[in-house]
Amino acid sequence: MHQFAIEPLFGTDHLAIGGYNIAFTNSALWMVATVVVLWIFMLGGMKRELVPGRWQAAVETMTGFISNLLTANVGPEGKRYVPYVFSLFMFILLANLLGLLPLGLVGLHPFTFTSHFTATGVLAIMSFAIVLIVGFYKHKLHFFSLFVPHGTPVPMIPFIFLIELVSFMVRPFSLGLRLFVAMTAGHVLLKVLAGFVINSTNAGAGFGLTVGLSSFALMIGISALEMLVAVIQAYVFALLTSLYINDAVNLH
Amino acid sequence: MPQIAQIAETYASQIFWLLVTFGFVFFVIGLDMVPKIEATVGARDDKIAGDLATAKAAFARADEIEADYRKRDADARSSAQHLIAESKAKAAKETEAKIKATDAVVATKIAAAEAEIKAASTSAMAEIEAVAADAAREMVAKISGASVTPEAAQQAVKAALVHG
Repeated sequence: MHQFAIEPLFGTDHLAIGGYNIAFTNSALWMVATVVVLWIFMLGGMKRELVPGRWQAAVETMTGFISNLLTANVGPEGKRYVPYVFSLFMFILLANLLGLLPLGLVGLHPFTFTSHFTATGVLAIMSFAIVLIVGFYKHKLHFFSLFVPHGTPVPMIPFIFLIELVSFMVRPFSLGLRLFVAMTAGHVLLKVLAGFVINSTNAGAGFGLTVGLSSFALMIGISALEMLVAVIQAYVFALLTSLYINDAVNLH
Repeated sequence: MPQIAQIAETYASQIFWLLVTFGFVFFVIGLDMVPKIEATVGARDDKIAGDLATAKAAFARADEIEADYRKRDADARSSAQHLIAESKAKAAKETEAKIKATDAVVATKIAAAEAEIKAASTSAMAEIEAVAADAAREMVAKISGASVTPEAAQQAVKAALVHG
C-alpha cells in the first residue's frame, strides 16, 4: 500500500489557500509530469505539415479518435466538446501509463494519481457538472424530462422519475470510482504477486523456483493486462462522459 | 489504504493541484492546441477533396476531348467517304459518256461496213446473175440449139434464184 501513500515534497508548512494546505506532494509531481509529457506529445502535432510525419500523425490520430467518438455519440454538436473530452482522455491515459512505468528499477517511486478517488472524483464531478450546466442551459427545466423515458405509463411516472433520478445522480460516483478501483486493484494485484516472488524466494530455492517463477510469469502477463486497463479506463471515462454529454445535448 | 487514511490531510492539496494541472491541460492543450491540430487535419482533408475534384474535372475534360476527337474523326471519315462516292459517280458518268460516244462511232462504222457488204453482195449477186444467165444461154444453145435472148435468160435465172 506504500505506493499509494502521499508524501509532501515541499510547502507542507506555509503553502495554503484559505486555510487549506496545498503542499506540493508526489501526487502533484506526477500530475505535473503528466502535463509535461502530454504537452511534449502535443508539440509534435503542432508542426502542422500538409503531409504529416509519424509524430504528427500520432497526435492527429488521437484528436481524430476523440473527435469521432463525440461525433458518433453526440452528433455534429459534439465537436464543441472535443477540447474537454480530449484533455480528459489524454490526461487520464498518460497518468495511468506513467504510473505503470518501471521506475522502481532506478530507485524512483512511480505514483498513479488516478488511483486516488480524490483525483478521479474531481474529474468525475467536472464531467457531471458540465452535463448539468449544458443540460439546464440548453433545455431549462425541460431537462427533467430526461428522467421520464418515452412511453412511460402515466401512473408509473413518479416511480420511474425517482429511479432515473437516482441512476443519474449515481453517475459521478460510478465514473470516479470505476477509474480509482481499476487502477488501485491492478497495482495491488501486481504488488501482491511481487510479494509472492520475494517471500517464496526467501523461504527457499524450491519455493522460489516453483511459486516465485510462476508468480513472476503471471506478473508479466498482468503487467500487459494493466497497460490495456490503463487505456481502456481512460477510454471508458471519455466514452461515458461523451454519452452523458449526449443526454444533456439531445435529451433522449 | 492511504487513499482513505490520508484523505483528511491531502484532499485539499490533491484537488488544488489536479485543478491546476488539468486546467493547464484544458486551457493550453485542449482549447489552444487541439483546434489547431484539427484545423490542420481539416485543411488536409479539404486539400485532398479539392485535388480529387480537380482530377475528376481533368478526367471529364479528357473525356470531352476524346469525344470531340472521335466526332471529328467520324466527320472526316464521312466526308472522305462522301468525296469518294462523288468521285466514283463522276468517274462512272464520264466512262459511260465515253462508252456512248465510242458506241456511236463504232455503230456508224458498222453501218458503213454493212452498207459496203450489202453493196458488194448486190454487185456480186448481179455478176452471178449475169454469169448464170450466160451459162444458162450457152447450156440451152448447146443442148437444144435454140438461142435464147439474154433478157429471157436473165428472167429465168432471176426466177430460179428467187426460188432458191
